Amino acid sequence: MNDHKVTLDIDYLDCRCMVLELAAALDRLDRATAGNTPDKRLQTLRDAIAILASSTASPDRTQRMLKLMSDPVTPVSE
Amino acid sequence: MYYIQPHYHGISRTTEDYQRMAESGVVAVGEPSFWAGFDRKHSGTFIDYFRQISEFEPTRARAYGIRHFCWIAVNPKEADNLTIAREVMSQMPAFMDAPTVLGIGEIGLNKCTRNEMAVFREQMEMAIRLKQLVLIHTPHMADKLRGTHLTLDLLRELNADPARVWIDHVEEHTIRPVLDAGYWAGMTLYPQTKMSPKRAVDLLEQYGTERMLVNSSADWGPSSPFTLQQCAARYQELGHDQQELLDVFYNNPVRFLRQSPHFDLPEIKLAYSKP
Repeated sequence: MNDHKVTLDIDYLDCRCMVLELAAALDRLDRATAGNTPDKRLQTLRDAIAILASSTASPDRTQRMLKLMSDPVTPVSE
Repeated sequence: MYYIQPHYHGISRTTEDYQRMAESGVVAVGEPSFWAGFDRKHSGTFIDYFRQISEFEPTRARAYGIRHFCWIAVNPKEADNLTIAREVMSQMPAFMDAPTVLGIGEIGLNKCTRNEMAVFREQMEMAIRLKQLVLIHTPHMADKLRGTHLTLDLLRELNADPARVWIDHVEEHTIRPVLDAGYWAGMTLYPQTKMSPKRAVDLLEQYGTERMLVNSSADWGPSSPFTLQQCAARYQELGHDQQELLDVFYNNPVRFLRQSPHFDLPEIKLAYSKP
């Protein structure tokens, strides 16, 4: 397992790129005003971003985001 | 570096894949039975497909020095048609003695319907009866968590031997229950949309390498047979030595697949492990 600085050195530019892509996608959505109706996917993204921005003692953001985006665990469908 | 590509759908790929995989160090691939890009309407089409992946595809791979193995099954995506699925299943045992066949897979769930579950159960029972290895697909996206729980419930009910079952497409929210129950966990790496090479390395570091399998995505959709090598490069970048790379990307598949009498590649131990 690498130390904090080495990990940041390796991943910083990729992370920078990914958050900018996310910001640009949300800006694109804000500019697309035609046909703007409520869509639960957007709320899912906002909830996921809240997880992304959270400070946590346990590094489990990915798992929490995946659970947020999962169907409930129920019996088989027809 | 040697690689085994344990989950590769050659029928959806060009021959150039084999050439480039050989150049990158891939020495063997495993081709699970899969969707043909469209829903088949005749059981005979499946049977020809089984012949294609067990007899013809090995010749295409062999031209580049790559061993080609396969798995026979009704895939989850087409398991909702019970009539065709049962016609196909009745003919599957005849393929199990073919020298390139490793077991029954990929079976499992796609949309988690009752029909899918029925076909999954019947194929699991066949695998146990015929003493075959099993490769299980878990659903992608929102269905994955639920599909994984349903899968583990069924395997527990059937008392399947975890050491002979590989549950594929695990992610951060499904890997723990799979490993805790003793199954092999597979990660399929996509260039976008699903599990990535970097996240796979994160899971290797968090959960260890025992009973872990890594494979590229190589199918009809956006995919790449070289995400496996990207994962290995990332693993190396984080300080893991050549023996550790060999253990994850070559020896682990050997350890699982050698439980089939048809898989004969040996494990590799380097005389030294530091570069």
